[in-house]
Amino acid sequence: MDGFPILSLMMAVPMAGAIACLYSGAAQARMIALVATLVDLVLGVVLWAHFDQSGTAAQWQFQEYAPIFGRFAWALGIDGIALMLIMLTVFLMPICIGASWLAIEKRVGEYMAAFLFMEVLMIGVFTAQDLYLFYIMFEAGLIPMYLIIGIWGGADRIYASYKFFLYTLLGSVLMLIAMMWMVHDAGTTDIPTLMAYNFDPKIQIWLWLAFFASFAVKMPMWPVHTWLPDAHVQAPTAGSVILAGVLLKMGGYGFIRFSLPMFPEASAQLAPLVWGLSMVAVVYTSLVALVQSDMKKLIAYSSVAHMAIVTVGLFAFNQAGIEGAMMVMLGHGLVSGALFLCVGVIYDRLHTREIARYGGLSINMPKYAVLFMLFTMASVGLPGTSNFVGEFLSLMGIYQASSWVALVCTTGIILGAAYMLYLYRRICYGDQKNADAAAMPDLSMREVWLLAPIAAAVLWMGIYPESFLSPMRSDIRALEARLASAAPAGDSKIKMGPAIPAAEAHHEEASAMSHEEASGEAH
Amino acid sequence: MIDSASLLAVLPELVLTAGGLILMLIAAYGGDKSARVVNWLSVLTLIVAGVSLSCSLAHGPVAFDGLVKADAFSVFAKALIYGAAAAAILLAPRYFAVGGVPRPEYPVLILFAAIGMGMMVSAGDMLTLYVGLEMNSLASYVLASFMRQDERSSEAGLKYFVLGSLASGILLYGTALLYGFTGSTSFDGIAVALGDGVSKGELFGLVFVLAGLAFKISAVPFHMWTPDVYEGAPTPVTTFFASAPKVAAMGLIVRVAIEALGPAGLDWQQIVIFVALASILFGAVAAIGQTNIKRLMAYSSINNVGFALIGLAAGTPAGAAATMSYMAIYVVMTIGAFACILQMRDADGKPVETIASLAGLSRSRKGLAAALAIFMFSMAGIPPLFGFWAKFLVFDAAVAAGLTALAAFGIAASVIGAFYYLKVIKTMYFDEPADAYEARGGAVENVILTACAVVIVFGYLLNPMLDKASAAAAAALF
Repeated sequence: MDGFPILSLMMAVPMAGAIACLYSGAAQARMIALVATLVDLVLGVVLWAHFDQSGTAAQWQFQEYAPIFGRFAWALGIDGIALMLIMLTVFLMPICIGASWLAIEKRVGEYMAAFLFMEVLMIGVFTAQDLYLFYIMFEAGLIPMYLIIGIWGGADRIYASYKFFLYTLLGSVLMLIAMMWMVHDAGTTDIPTLMAYNFDPKIQIWLWLAFFASFAVKMPMWPVHTWLPDAHVQAPTAGSVILAGVLLKMGGYGFIRFSLPMFPEASAQLAPLVWGLSMVAVVYTSLVALVQSDMKKLIAYSSVAHMAIVTVGLFAFNQAGIEGAMMVMLGHGLVSGALFLCVGVIYDRLHTREIARYGGLSINMPKYAVLFMLFTMASVGLPGTSNFVGEFLSLMGIYQASSWVALVCTTGIILGAAYMLYLYRRICYGDQKNADAAAMPDLSMREVWLLAPIAAAVLWMGIYPESFLSPMRSDIRALEARLASAAPAGDSKIKMGPAIPAAEAHHEEASAMSHEEASGEAH
Repeated sequence: MIDSASLLAVLPELVLTAGGLILMLIAAYGGDKSARVVNWLSVLTLIVAGVSLSCSLAHGPVAFDGLVKADAFSVFAKALIYGAAAAAILLAPRYFAVGGVPRPEYPVLILFAAIGMGMMVSAGDMLTLYVGLEMNSLASYVLASFMRQDERSSEAGLKYFVLGSLASGILLYGTALLYGFTGSTSFDGIAVALGDGVSKGELFGLVFVLAGLAFKISAVPFHMWTPDVYEGAPTPVTTFFASAPKVAAMGLIVRVAIEALGPAGLDWQQIVIFVALASILFGAVAAIGQTNIKRLMAYSSINNVGFALIGLAAGTPAGAAATMSYMAIYVVMTIGAFACILQMRDADGKPVETIASLAGLSRSRKGLAAALAIFMFSMAGIPPLFGFWAKFLVFDAAVAAGLTALAAFGIAASVIGAFYYLKVIKTMYFDEPADAYEARGGAVENVILTACAVVIVFGYLLNPMLDKASAAAAAALF
């Protein structure tokens, strides 16, 4: 694979597809989009297969460099973290195209072009190794998403599209000023170099805040999350999937790639701010989700709560927390995407998102009920599903930094179970109150094919997370090492007992237990 | 004494003068029938003048004992001016054909304006500056009222004339003060005199000069004429006003501020910062309520001038280069946008100007809507379009000069501006279709439109070239 520009190719394929879609009819555009995204998925698999996961491998792989833009360069390259997010993107894209197959009837060519262009930009964000290239990719995503919400969205789509656009734009422009300052100070636009560059701690605070303005909106964190429910409710199903599945992850990726390694001191000083906002978000948005009568809004608020778990995990400053945050991002990308698809399935049949209009669907839609159940459980964080791994690691990580934050955030799991199970009960169980809902046919083959791959991935991540953790491990270890000097002390004061050789472990299980108790008492 | 090197250094002006005079004779004897020929010949004249720029650079930089400067800066600005003037000529015939016969005076007047603008950007003396400025202005007043039978056009011409004369008066008064207190009208002489500290009288002169020039670039608080003139003038003339004279006036203000008033940098810097921020904010806020697309473009131009001035506020070579790059990108966007606006014609071919009439354009005229959307997103400064890079350059220069707060404030205000550009896109893409436009655009319009759109989309590839050219232009000033 040496020297082959696979990352550029992964962006060129959907770009070519997008241009072709603009000039073709509805049926052709659908096929072109599906083929282009599937080709990208195959390329993604090739990428993963050739990614060197051994501990001795270089951190940045598949690097490309072409200084064709004057002040900045076409510099690409990925580490394990970016690899996983790229995989998430290329995995969700064909599903999005499939979900729009019948639901989108007008202006299909432009719709597919917008989605494919979106894919180009998402891959661009995760692969960019040049600060300005990253910004351009990051910001350009506003254009296709604005059009997707505005043209193909619901009744109140115009308000939602404006709010989405202006909110995120205002967040991002300050980041640009900070980037300019950094480039003048460090004299380079190269992201890996900047990640190791030590900025003046006094300035770091300002830079951190400027980046925070952008990533907090994108994430979204309470209290700047209000654009998300509007955007989700009004966007077409596939738009919601890609918004929740990938676009929100750009915020988390930004924290991992920029805020933490570039401004470690500021991150440590301002960690309590992030913790505070995250704690409010977990409790508050979960409670808000509990009282929603609109399915999409409910899932949108649950996204805010889950993203708050991501931020506490990231700002735990240790390997467990950051790994957990990454796993929550990947898991949430799959699960929330799948949940939006589940909403889309019944929305396509009844054209309403009112929870009260449904009921007892497990009787007439058994296949749907099973898959919806799986994703509900995954969203709750049931062991064996993707989200459990992430949430557990994140909370374990944050416990080392602050036990109070861990305590408050853990209630989010309970509240999450409450609103998700309540949603599931109202839709799938109970009496078939509404005749039209009772008459809905079960999943078609197309819909099964959309949901089944996600279900498989969710279970894979839950049962054998090592496949996903191992590419990221050395990168996260490097990040932890970078943060080590600044990391806050933590209040939990965990003490490790002496390591016991594996052979003796069985024999001395009882004594080990008593040893732990003893040390606990001593503490 | 007039030497041949000086004459060769002003070769582009000589070409334009000769071309303009000959074409005027053709127009006078040929009548309206000659309009087509005169049009194409004037474009040819502009091209020849553009080619002769290299000759002027070779014999520069100083000509006529410093009255004229033929340096990289003036060449950069003139290339833009000639290009924009040629586009304004090419876009016109179809428009005038609807209101009557195309008149051959139009391209000739633009040629004369181009001579004036060329003098403005290569002036090395306050008097050359004033002559160039007036030459451009007089042609512009006539152009604004070019549709004689149209009330709005006459009103625009009159308004432009009255307010423009006032500004010229202010500028002259400032020049007189500067001359009185520094004893020189040449830029270099003024700079030398200012070098030993700025006296009260000199400060007054400086303020008056900048006020007069701010009028010409239509920066707040001297912007009042812009919306009325832009709306009332025939659309091709508006295209011209929004592009070439903006470059000339911006080039002029940059040159005067740096070459003549350079030693008083701290004094004018605060004026420029105020004017820049006021223009950005006012241009953005006032544009929100507009329903006429030409008025919207007028406020948009005020807004854009504010951004361009941020580069000047930095006061560094990088800042001057950024301002000129900004103008280059701005001209391409503006001409592209006006090439779209010129195609807003109802089924009978009559021009329409309301934004509401754009509703649903993306369904009836896909290509036109896409092009206008590209220009609007670009003006809003959204990457990956080239308009973002223009803003990037000026803010980058401001940050490098330590004006981080100014940059942060300015870029945050750009979000307000994004709102009204989005409104146009919303109307075209989200709204239900209104009455359809004429089914096809003119060939020339489409070619110009496509060329501009291509530059805006793939502009980043031009970066190395633009960086080099603008840096050379800025270096000529310091």
